[in-house]
Amino acid sequence: MALPLRYNVRNVLVRWRTTAFTVLGIAAVVTVFVLLRGMARGIERSSGNTGDPRNILVVRKGSQAESGSLVTRDQFRTLQYFEEIARNEKNEPVISAELVMIVSAPRRGAAGEANTLLRGVTPRGMELRPQVTLKEGRWFTPGKREVVVAQRLASRFAGFELGGTIKAGPDRLTVVGHFDAAGSAFDSEAWMDADECRSIFDRDMYSSILLRPRDEAALTNLVARIQADKRLSLRAEREVDYYAKQTMTAMPIKILAGILGVAMSIGAVFAAMNTMYASVAARTREVGTLRVLGFSRFAIVLSFLIEGTFLAMLGGLLGSLLAWSVYAVVLLRGINFGTMDFQSFAETVFQFRVTPDLMLLGVLFSAAIGFVGSLLPALRAAQLPVISALKSL
Amino acid sequence: MAAPPPVSIVVVRDLSKIYRQGDINVTALNSVSLDIAPGEFVVLMGPSGSGKSTLLHIIAGIDQPTSGSAKVQGIDIARLNQSQLADWRNQNVGFVFQSFNLIPVLTAAENVELPLLLTNLSRKERRLQTQTALELVGLADRGHHRPDQLSGGQQQRAAIARALVTDPALIVADEPTGNLDAKSAADVLEILQSLTRTAGKTVVMVTHDPKSAAYGSRSLHLEKGELVNDAK
Ligand SMILES: Nc1ncnc2c1ncn2[C@@H]1O[C@H](COP(=O)(O)OP(=O)(O)OP(=O)(O)O)[C@@H](O)[C@H]1O
Ligand SMILES: [Mg+2]
Repeated sequence: MALPLRYNVRNVLVRWRTTAFTVLGIAAVVTVFVLLRGMARGIERSSGNTGDPRNILVVRKGSQAESGSLVTRDQFRTLQYFEEIARNEKNEPVISAELVMIVSAPRRGAAGEANTLLRGVTPRGMELRPQVTLKEGRWFTPGKREVVVAQRLASRFAGFELGGTIKAGPDRLTVVGHFDAAGSAFDSEAWMDADECRSIFDRDMYSSILLRPRDEAALTNLVARIQADKRLSLRAEREVDYYAKQTMTAMPIKILAGILGVAMSIGAVFAAMNTMYASVAARTREVGTLRVLGFSRFAIVLSFLIEGTFLAMLGGLLGSLLAWSVYAVVLLRGINFGTMDFQSFAETVFQFRVTPDLMLLGVLFSAAIGFVGSLLPALRAAQLPVISALKSL
Repeated sequence: MAAPPPVSIVVVRDLSKIYRQGDINVTALNSVSLDIAPGEFVVLMGPSGSGKSTLLHIIAGIDQPTSGSAKVQGIDIARLNQSQLADWRNQNVGFVFQSFNLIPVLTAAENVELPLLLTNLSRKERRLQTQTALELVGLADRGHHRPDQLSGGQQQRAAIARALVTDPALIVADEPTGNLDAKSAADVLEILQSLTRTAGKTVVMVTHDPKSAAYGSRSLHLEKGELVNDAK
């Protein structure tokens, strides 16, 4: 049988002056940890829920991103007549040849410019992306130098408000609407008419082709057919798979979270260890008394482990709540975050999220810190012979 | 029919304890032998450093002799290993310290209940036994107080309740009145005395004070690790 938990809880609370610093330190570590994980989660989500599993995205073989891909008009014409492609009510093939350009625009409320993606899109292309819905204003009219931008981008770039203008090549485009892309990657884009886009930038080629096969069998067939065609030299894959790979953007933040997490947790472990060593030293005679009463060495080790873990978990709980408050403020103020996409060097907008499971992860993280930190102090507490523990002052 | 001879509860034979300190050997106990019968209130006296605490610790199973044997209720405690000793102490001996040694964050009742957590008594039985022990030392209404809310004398009585809550045959006390005023000391000594007279417990107590020694049924004197006389 072990010592009662209230013994540990009260010991932590009674020593609050010395434990408060450790608790706050661990809370800070857990806050940063949870926030970074929340950011990585937000980026993953924006790439993760982009696309329709029934769509195929075609880019040039060997190109990593749409913006770096080139598809010729010949290639498009060949593809267009493949019988695997679904047709709409007007018997047109459901296929969209699009141009993705990188334009730079001044940041709002900060110095310098940042890149954003400008997509020349067709009516078919818009049908293929029903998650993109108009929120404000209207859709662009082809030929009028008009553009519709993601609502989330509007808060990050100057001139992206309704009536504002964006510099595109030699021309300026007028913002006539804001769309919402339901947290998908399109939330980081600006859309205009595809043909107009090609003429502004004087491009003969497209960047990518989005199409909808008739059914699942046709999809498998078509992917295999395009991949096998040496003349076409194109790469076809499900739209969702393509964007899932773009999740790579979350890697830098995950790596940062990893490095910071390790560095900070080492510090936190030592803080916990220090506190627990002090606690053990102050209670040596108490430990001796408990052992005289018949408590085993194991019961003593367990008790100090529980105490250190509980102490750290107080910090973890506090840190998780702190991270959640940051999230709540962000949510209330409607702040969006941006990060650099390392393939297109365009800003990717994402919404970071602190969810209950991330908070639980934060608390578990703190528990691990407490457990590791109190291991050596707990062993020291149990190591002294009963008689020496009793005689210590 | 003749009554059977009283079986000793404590049998100590040729007990020695030598501490090594660097190159010097300190002989704390030198070939001590003694017998204690059940229900005796034995008082251990002697100058500082004469080995009183050492002898008490060995009898109570919290220290090990260098040579010789110490049997309590027929069990040679020097032969038990660490974890057997821990269990043995829990079930067979109650310890009262000079400075009470109550756990500061636990209430008097929680302190008294501690040794019972190692038994397989139910929660209800534990509460009952704790309350009985507190009543026995006159602290029935102080169970929910923390040690720092009790006087020295009350703390020592709580410690006695903790020592006897598991109903051990042997209670050892190392200068239990050393930190108490005369009135509190008398209270504590009366409790210890009544334990031997009415509950049949055996008490071994170390003290410097001849007035305290008067409560005992027998006095033993140690001098430089040896028993000098064994007189009633
Ligand atoms: N851990 C130890 N290491 C070395 N010597 C020790 C140790 N513990 C006790 N001694 C020595 O053993 C001898 C007996 O000590 P003990 O504590 O039994 O004396 P005591 O009679 O209880 O004295 P006091 O009345 O002062 O409490 C002393 O000389 C003491 O210095
Ligand atoms: Mg002593």
